[in-house]
Amino acid sequence: MTTLRIKNVKKVYPNGAEAVKGVSVDVEDGELVVFVGPSGCGKSTLLRMVAGLESVTEGEIELAGRVVNDLEPADRNIAMVFQNYALYPHMSVRKNLAYGLRNRKTPQNEIDARVNEAADLLQIAEFLDRKPSQLSGGQRQRVAMGRAIVRHPAIFLFDEPLSNLDAKLRNQMRLEIKKLQRRLETAAIYVTHDQVEAMTLADRIVVLNGGQIEQVGTPAEIYANPATTFVASFIGAPPMNMLEANVTGDALEIEGQSLPFPRSHRGPVRMGLRPERMQINGSDAGLNAEITVLEDLGATRLIHARLGNQEVVLSQDADLPVPSDGKISIAFRPDDVHLFDRDSGRRIDA
Amino acid sequence: MEKSQFQNPWFPYLLLLPQMGIIAVFFLWPAAEAIKSSFYLEDPFFGNATFVGLDNYRDALSASDYKRTAWFTAIFTVLVSVLSLALGLMLAVSADRVLRGQSTYKTLLMWVYAIAPPVAGLIGVMLFDQHIGPLVDFVAIFGWEMRVGVNYWDTGLAMIIVSTWKQVPYCFIFFLSGLQSIPTSVKEAAKVDCRSETRRFWSITFPLLAPTTFFLMILNITYAMFETFGTIDLIVKDQPGNSPVTLVYKVYRDGFRGNDLGGSSAQSVILMIIVLLLTIVQFRLIEKRVHYN
Repeated sequence: MTTLRIKNVKKVYPNGAEAVKGVSVDVEDGELVVFVGPSGCGKSTLLRMVAGLESVTEGEIELAGRVVNDLEPADRNIAMVFQNYALYPHMSVRKNLAYGLRNRKTPQNEIDARVNEAADLLQIAEFLDRKPSQLSGGQRQRVAMGRAIVRHPAIFLFDEPLSNLDAKLRNQMRLEIKKLQRRLETAAIYVTHDQVEAMTLADRIVVLNGGQIEQVGTPAEIYANPATTFVASFIGAPPMNMLEANVTGDALEIEGQSLPFPRSHRGPVRMGLRPERMQINGSDAGLNAEITVLEDLGATRLIHARLGNQEVVLSQDADLPVPSDGKISIAFRPDDVHLFDRDSGRRIDA
Repeated sequence: MEKSQFQNPWFPYLLLLPQMGIIAVFFLWPAAEAIKSSFYLEDPFFGNATFVGLDNYRDALSASDYKRTAWFTAIFTVLVSVLSLALGLMLAVSADRVLRGQSTYKTLLMWVYAIAPPVAGLIGVMLFDQHIGPLVDFVAIFGWEMRVGVNYWDTGLAMIIVSTWKQVPYCFIFFLSGLQSIPTSVKEAAKVDCRSETRRFWSITFPLLAPTTFFLMILNITYAMFETFGTIDLIVKDQPGNSPVTLVYKVYRDGFRGNDLGGSSAQSVILMIIVLLLTIVQFRLIEKRVHYN
């Protein structure tokens, strides 16, 4: 069944700025959907509309079979985890967790049971009587999640919950959020600008740009078949190479070089190639380029090269040799080439 | 912040000297003089002083008008402090909710604070004037013949109203900035957790304003006990006979109008002790319950 339906939702601010321009997404039961996009793409606005913290200008939001457009946040059966934790600084951890339940007139023994259950799950039982100011960033993050869990909501809303943590803790908490969400089997929306978080956490990713959906799909689908040049360069690190090229039906022409390329589409295109899907060829059979910069990342090495007037980046195992004269021939499988329309930026599958 | 070490260990004391000098000349010395003269019966025309021990204290505390003044001061202080806090908070919460023209509201509400105390007192006196006072005319509609300067409690009420009116903007400014320093996300988290706005206010907003409230409470008490002198002076001007006054005003009246320097010194020493005790109580009892971020 579907937990959440977002139908043609628009958000126009009083000053006329259109933050969300008609978006429709469904979140299935138990599914973790990630909204990802650059800042200002409308992802947070959309989440806040689901939470009820932002009014809906047009369209409908349906949660667990009931339209919630005009309901107060507290009546929506949602739980939200904020970017800066948003804990109540004057309350102990226990009171922070219990606050929402107490306001809903939950019986005290039920409150205690739920608080203890959440505290065990998140390993914060020993901090229950401390104030948030006495906790570290990671512990505060757990408390914020605990506050969401005790409510037993229909859906969890995460608003960039990890962006205040350091890199190591972020990876660890990311994994924990995923495990927790799987275990609770509660639907969730997770907003982030970090494509790694999106790829690792999501059952499905919604890529947003300029208030509109660019693509919806599983991480694998989005990685393998990006629908637009925006998605292609936003998902994947380092980003996909975008090269101006020309296809003739049986050959690919780029910077005066030509490679056999049997595709039915003809004409000028923008060609996408992932850095990790290109190799340095021993022979001269590939595209000839010249190395400009090498970046060693430990396990992998990024090779920046000049191909005519265009820049390309290759990513390869750091153990593999690099020609000392800097002249390379780049090889790739024709299947790994993504073609996009130069004007619309949309994918060409033909 | 960078910590720097002074080469000469006496240098910091040298820097503190001007401030210490001011405190010594304008507080420590007069206080010591007051304590000393409270044990003497002094000739106001710089004549001889006779040591009388605790007689001045005994006289002051046993006088019936001292008790009456102390009571009035207590009632006055509590009402002025609490009313200015409550009204300031109410106005700040309303102004915080206003989205359009917020700065206009703020300016209008803060205006009163910019008025010098004597001017405020004068406006207050005019509002309660027997002949031209609009407030007197207003309460007359309900059959209340208000006689400020004649009736003890009518005069007291006028003092309380004028003093509160003068202090409300001050509380308002601090409460407004306190409200605006509460993180938006905390307010939003509370919105998700609690539907009732009133309940949210008392369980989240008000406790987070506690440091501001505590600070203002201390300032208000000090204000009501000492700084309302000018307002009171204007209201009771020339007819102090039956009018209510605060302890500070009584010190002034007995000392400079009544020429009883010893007695008035004893009263100011008692006042100092009261203030000292109040401060200890405030910090010991209340600060424990106050949450500081």
